[in-house]
Parts: sequence; structure tokens; C-alpha cells
Amino acid sequence: MRIRIKSWDDLVFQILVNGFLLTVLLVVTIPIWRVFIMSITPLAWAEGTSLGLWIPPGEWSNEAYKQLFNHPAFLQAATNSVIITVGGTAINLFLTVPLAYALSNENLPGRKFLVTFILIPFLFHAGLIPTYLVVQKLGLVDNLLAVMLPGAVSVYNTLVMKGFFEGLPEELKEAARLDGANEVQVLWHVILPLSKPILLTIGLFYAVSHWNEFFNPILYLNRADLQPLPVLLRNILLAANINEYLDYDAFARAPIAAFKAASVFITMLPMVIVYPWIQRYFTKGTLLGAVKE
Amino acid sequence: MDTSPTSPPASAAARWKSFGSRERENLRKSLRKYRWLYIMLIPPLAYFVVFQYVPLWNAQIAFKDFRPLLGVWGSPFTGFDHFITFFHSYYFSELISNTLIFSFLKLFVGIPLAVILALALYETMFLRFRTIVQTIAYLPHFLSWVIMFGVLLMLLSPGEGLINAVIKANGGRPIAFLTSPEWFRFVVVASDIWKETGWSTIIYLAALMAIDPTLYEAAAVDGASRFHRIWYISLPGILPVVAVITMLRLGHILNAGFNQIFILYSLPVYSVGDIIDTWVYRQGILEFQFSLATAVGLFKGVIGLILVVVSNRLARRIGGAGLY
Repeated sequence: MRIRIKSWDDLVFQILVNGFLLTVLLVVTIPIWRVFIMSITPLAWAEGTSLGLWIPPGEWSNEAYKQLFNHPAFLQAATNSVIITVGGTAINLFLTVPLAYALSNENLPGRKFLVTFILIPFLFHAGLIPTYLVVQKLGLVDNLLAVMLPGAVSVYNTLVMKGFFEGLPEELKEAARLDGANEVQVLWHVILPLSKPILLTIGLFYAVSHWNEFFNPILYLNRADLQPLPVLLRNILLAANINEYLDYDAFARAPIAAFKAASVFITMLPMVIVYPWIQRYFTKGTLLGAVKE
Repeated sequence: MDTSPTSPPASAAARWKSFGSRERENLRKSLRKYRWLYIMLIPPLAYFVVFQYVPLWNAQIAFKDFRPLLGVWGSPFTGFDHFITFFHSYYFSELISNTLIFSFLKLFVGIPLAVILALALYETMFLRFRTIVQTIAYLPHFLSWVIMFGVLLMLLSPGEGLINAVIKANGGRPIAFLTSPEWFRFVVVASDIWKETGWSTIIYLAALMAIDPTLYEAAAVDGASRFHRIWYISLPGILPVVAVITMLRLGHILNAGFNQIFILYSLPVYSVGDIIDTWVYRQGILEFQFSLATAVGLFKGVIGLILVVVSNRLARRIGGAGLY
């Protein structure tokens, strides 16, 4: 819809609307920009000469990033995060896809019962402690699986995917079945190649939640060498004395604040990079249909 | 089929038997036909049993004095003692009111802001600018609360925070936003709005796009101003969606944002920041009061279930009436 300015009324209106949008844009970007600027602020940079939203070219320093990248604890945490994200998402999809596919078959005897079976825990949570006891009993404390397994199926994502499968033409499945394919083959050779958008969207949503995970690791992982990035980040941010968690080089030319800011920025970066891909799918409205369910 | 119409079974018992066998035959047939689907269902259903239904079974320790050595089943029964302890404790009213205050503030500030932002995105004449604002405004939704905590420190900490730098530059004294009880609620609500408002415009924007454009054209012909068109066409057009979202969020009113509060709060602000979930975590995991914490979690679960069911029903009624 193209709008043309035809009156003073329209002009005032557009100024208000775009002024508001510009304000929103600044309110969201300035804090993130501030983190970035702090992360490249050199120790020598006199504080108080500006609000810290600008560093003159040539004066900035990548010292904080160098410290971070060369640190074994950071590398360990990043590795753990990657394992949790990749492994966790694989488990998520391995469980969600067959569940959604089976439930999308309207003729499956017992379908109603099965839907109720997965909806009950969705509506009524047993709570933190009863789940904790299960993980403990399975001997998963201090095992990365404790972070990946307890929330491995999102009922919401399952329903979204089930809705997508239901929308695919029945004839395709029927044709494959007539050719003698069993349901696993139908799913693998017919359904999944047609389901790339939904697999990517749901997979990315799962991956984002794994990358961001910090409470389950705190709950189930006591060993420092198992902690993922967000937990390390939290420890760095909370530390009064940073050497509790990382041997911060006292002779470094980066201030502690730059070091903290660099940790925030590095943890944020993968999300910022992956995000345009996620956005492409959710703006298409893949997920909107399910919101009404 | 083993029963032919020419030789009907003689007795009722025989008829029942043959009926039963036919049923059984059908069942066997459909189990055969759908066996691959059932096999596929084994891993996900096993997940639900182990990580969803066993916890429901474990929740019985709310009515027991749980001793790890005796196990869930063997621990001595105490009835409603833990619930009564909680209802009579002085935490009770504090936790409930903190939880509700956070939820209601987030809801009643967040939804109007999201609607206004959606309207602005819809009305702007610069389509490229709209895409940029959308992209940037959705982004914080994907950042974890730990990252948000870092961002907030860079803004709010008395030493190096941007906002405190502005206060100091104007001759004021720095404020410890995150650790002062007067400011903590404000910080929680404002940061939640900063993070989620952009993302929550998606549904309102979709509702605005669905409004019949001929309504606007007709109104323009009749000489209605832009503001009038928003007031009389856009807002009524998306009202059902706003009502449905409000109802659905009211159903989750006891979830005040555990991850956010857990990372942001600290001892000085417990009185204004502690919510049911954070209390359950501290009592259960840190103080080993498994039974008491489970009882409180169960209490929250029951109230939450009632709220969700009622609010969903209402939402469906509103949506059904409004979205026809």
C-alpha cells in the first residue's frame, strides 16, 4: 500500500509515525551498540570525555577479544555450547518429527488418546523438583544429556509441525503407499523433502533455545568444565574478582569492563548471525497459523 | 470374516464371541496397517513417560516427608502439612503479590505498546524503513536473559553504566538500579518490554494486514482523517486479536518470568523481586526442602491449569464471536 501525502493532516501523521519508529530503533540499538563500544575501549581511553558511545578510529583495541579467545575456559564453554546446541537440536527433531507425523494421520487408531496424552503435561506441570528427581535418578547429573533431554519435545512445536504435515496433499502419501512404501519410507522420502521450511524453522527455534540455555546447566551441571557459554558469561558478569573464573591477565591492556562487554558480545554474535535466516521463515507466517490453536 | 450371514450364531453368547473376534480381527488389522506409525511413536512417547509422567508421579512427595533413602513411594505420608505451612508462612502473600505485580505490569504496559508499534509499522509510508525497524525490533527476542543481564549492566551499573554516565554528566548521583528495591520492578518490567515488544507486534501486524482495504478507501472518500481511520477501522479490526492475546496471557499469569528474575535479582531486592518460581528453586535445590518446594510448585500448577483452561475457553469465545 503506497501512501501519498495529500494534506497537512497526512504530513503530521507521517512525522509522528516515523518519529516513533525512529525512537524505537534507537532504543533497541543504542544498548547493543554500547556493549560493542565498551568491548573495544582501550585501557588508556580517558573515561568521562564522552558517554562512551563513540571511539575515535585508531584508538580502539581488540585486546579484550584476544584475551577471551586465548582462554581455555572460554574455548571449553564454547565447545560445550556447540555440543548442547547441535546434539540437543538433533534429539529434538528426532523425537518431534515422528510424533508430529504420526499424529497428523487422521485415521490412526488411538490418535485422540495420544493427543490428550501429550497435552496433559503441557497443561499441568509437575514442577521443578519432581523433574530434578528424575534426572538425578537416571544418573544424568554432570552429564550434558541432562541439559538436552528433559525438555526434548516442545508440545507447541509438535502441534505447529503436525499442522504443517496435515496441510500436505494426501494423494502424495497415498501414491507412495500404493508403491509399497511403509510409513517410515513415506516420511523420509516424500514428506521430509517437502517440509524443509518447517524443519528449518522449528530446528532453528530449538537451536536458539539450546544456545541460550543457562538454567538447566546451572541446575544439573556442577563441574566447571561442562558449563556452556551463558553460564560462563553469568559468572564473568557476576564476579567481583574476575580471576575466580578466568585468569585475567593483570597486565592486559584491556579494562575489566571491556572484557565483560566482549564476553556479552561474543555470546550474542551467533544469534545475530543466524537471525536473518530465522526471520525469513517466521515473516512468511509459517508460525502464525498455529498461534490461534 | 468367519461369520457368514447364512449361518447366524445360535446363542447370544456365541454372537458376542463372534462379534468380539471380529473386533479383535479389525484391531489386529489396523495395528498391522499402522505398525510403522506406532513404532515411530515409541521414542517420543518414551520421552513423555520418563520426563513428563514420572515427574507427575514424583509430585506426590508434596503430600509426604520426602527422604531420598526411602524413595518417593516409601517416604512417610504427611497430608497437606506442606501446603498449610506455605499458606501460613509470611512468604505466601509476598510471593503471590510479587508474581502478580510483575505479570500484570508486563501485560498492561506491554500489550498497548505492542499495538501502538504495530500500528506505526502498518502506517509508515517508507516500506524499506518498516522492514529495518521490524528486523531490529524482533532481534532481542532471540537473546538469552544472561546476555540481557550483560546489556543491562552496561547500561545501569553505577560504575560504567550508560544511564548512570548521563546522570553523572548532569551532576546527579549514580543509582544502583539492579540492587535497589525502589528501582528493581521498573528494571524488570522495562527490560522485558525492551526485549519482547517488537516480537509481539507480529500477531497484531498480521491482524492489521487482514483488514479489508476497501474499508479504508471508503473512509477516505468520506473524508475521514488518518486518526479517525485508526480509531474507527484499525483498532476495532484488531480488537478481537488483542482480547484473545490478553486472555491467553492471563492464563499464564503465575509465570512472571523465572529466567529473567533468576538472573537479575539479588539478596537486597528479594522483598520486591522474589516470585513463586525463584522461591521454589531456592527452597528445593539450595535448601533441600524437596517436599515443601514441590507442594508450592504443585499449588502453582493447579491454579495455573485452572487459569489456562478458563482463559482458553474465554479466548475461543471472544475469537469465535469477533473473528467469525
